[in-house]
Amino acid sequence: MSLGPIAGWTAPRLGGVFVRHLTLQDFRSYESADLEFASGVTTFVGLNGQGKTNIVEALGYLASLSSHRVAQDAPLVRAGAGQAIVRAAVVRDDREQQLELEINPGRANRARLGRSPLTRPRDLLGNLRTVLFAPEDLALVKGDPSERRRFLDGLLVARQPRWAGARADYDKILKQRNALLKTARTATDRQSALSTLPVWDSHLAKVGANLVYARLRLLRDLQPYLQLAYDEVSAGQSDARTSYKSSMYDELAEQLAAGEVPEVGELEAGFAKTFEQQHRAEVERGQTLVGPHRDDVVLQLGALPAKGYASHGESWSFALGLRIAAFQLLRHDLGTDPVLVLDDVFAELDAGRRRRLALMVADCEQVLITAAVGDDVPDSLTGATFTVTLGKVTPDDQ
Amino acid sequence: MYEGVVQDLIDELGRLPGVGPKSAQRIAFHLLQADPADVRRLTEVLTVVREKVRFCERCFNVAEDTECRICLDVKRDQSFLCVVEEPKDVVAIERTREFRGRYHVLGGAISPIDGIGPDDLKITELVRRLGEEPIEEVILATNPNLNGEATATYLSRLLRTMGLRVTRLASGLPVGGDLEYADEVTLGRAFEGRRVVDA
Ligand SMILES: Nc1ncnc2c1ncn2[C@@H]1O[C@H](COP(=O)(O)OP(=O)(O)OP(=O)(O)O)[C@@H](O)[C@H]1O
Ligand SMILES: [Mg+2]
Ligand SMILES: [Zn+2]
Repeated sequence: MSLGPIAGWTAPRLGGVFVRHLTLQDFRSYESADLEFASGVTTFVGLNGQGKTNIVEALGYLASLSSHRVAQDAPLVRAGAGQAIVRAAVVRDDREQQLELEINPGRANRARLGRSPLTRPRDLLGNLRTVLFAPEDLALVKGDPSERRRFLDGLLVARQPRWAGARADYDKILKQRNALLKTARTATDRQSALSTLPVWDSHLAKVGANLVYARLRLLRDLQPYLQLAYDEVSAGQSDARTSYKSSMYDELAEQLAAGEVPEVGELEAGFAKTFEQQHRAEVERGQTLVGPHRDDVVLQLGALPAKGYASHGESWSFALGLRIAAFQLLRHDLGTDPVLVLDDVFAELDAGRRRRLALMVADCEQVLITAAVGDDVPDSLTGATFTVTLGKVTPDDQ
Repeated sequence: MYEGVVQDLIDELGRLPGVGPKSAQRIAFHLLQADPADVRRLTEVLTVVREKVRFCERCFNVAEDTECRICLDVKRDQSFLCVVEEPKDVVAIERTREFRGRYHVLGGAISPIDGIGPDDLKITELVRRLGEEPIEEVILATNPNLNGEATATYLSRLLRTMGLRVTRLASGLPVGGDLEYADEVTLGRAFEGRRVVDA
């Protein structure tokens, strides 16, 4: 597979997608904010704690319906306010569309596309795509498996929004199956308490097998981009690879770790076999022990796992490499660039890496950069600059 | 707080499903100001409904007698049995005029989270009916959502050994939804296109 020269990373593009306008109401520290953007590079500069990340977090939430910083919605709503609103005007092929999301902690969020209210916020997915790299991404390398699952599934959904539905179904079936196992643990007649287990087994296996299959394909497709991206950000020091760590029975797990992508039917059968093996343990613990919710992705640098072995700088490069690879995959897959967000990235990189990163992102349709110190951002990244002070965002005169 | 009986009325209304304290208050004052004849009619219906309406002993649909009107109707085809979750699903399917058999109302769907298992549904009664009545095809018309699907899978596994045709409504129904909200044409089509389940 040839990707062409790095500096270009060119791909056939159908037309740009960029955010022209962003409105925040009671989001984080902002009571209200109205920001006008152009395509190309936009930089937010301001001291710590002034509200730079809050802006890009809002955009990321609108694109993915989740925050890169918190799992719950409550912190996203300005202290004292009841709900937050994020609204963006997204330009695609010269046509503008309005996306709006109302964040109601404790209640259902509500979304609008153009003038129409959507039945589910999920239906908003796919109308705006972002790839966001932030200091929190270090957890992709050093953190729990859940961080890596979130990366994988987030990218899956960005690539094909319908996976959001499969994920939601999977979680619901999983909850039911866990509830059943828990009841069985304390039931006097265990046999009868488990009479519907085969049903939940087959439903979980069906949705779960599809999810695992999609993840395996995604990892396979991501690999070449990851290698290239890691080479670039780390100046070609080592070989970055991923392998899927599955909760399936041993032989199948080994196959998957080796990068094989079996048919969905085989994976479904794998569930059945593993359920059988794990039956006693599952009932004892009242928990489902097999499935995509227990899986992980092992990140490898050369012969060693990155987790526990990689240096701080290497971990950083790996995390950044994953995000850049995600960006490249989406660019090539969709024919349009996702909006690239680099939150506080340049401060962590040495001069050489800064230069190379700047080169890589220079031709992206839209890049939003935040920095506490403006000088950390390479001069080659010219574009609009905003100064962020105490939740006030002011465009710098050019 | 209002005086005695007015507050009692608000409290009683507030216990109804989907009625919050605010709505309870609004309904109460609406009733206080309404035409006495209207209120009398409502009172009568409420009394009669509790006295007269019960559940059909055969299919567990709502009935005014020991058996419901559909079970008593000799023109209905006895060889087809449609299994649904709730009486309101019977109403939805009747509206399509697509189905001329009889029904069996389970009284819900399997949901471990809510502590609802097969024993909490009218499944034993269903199996008994299949032994007693000349039923040839069972149509599983539980809701097209996860719990409805799980219930259908459970039933098809249970019934497939009994030598009957077991079918499921065709997909095309809004996924994740309720039968109740499917429009008549879609629901009618789902009936026509029903498929033998191979669970
Ligand atoms: N729900 C909220 N309500 C009010 N203020 C909030 C809320 N959530 C966060 N903040 C405030 O927002 C500020 C943090 O903003 P943000 O994370 O955007 O800072 P930043 O400019 O990116 O800083 P740094 O350079 O340190 O990353 C904090 O002062 C915090 O108290
Ligand atoms: Mg920040
Ligand atoms: Zn009846």
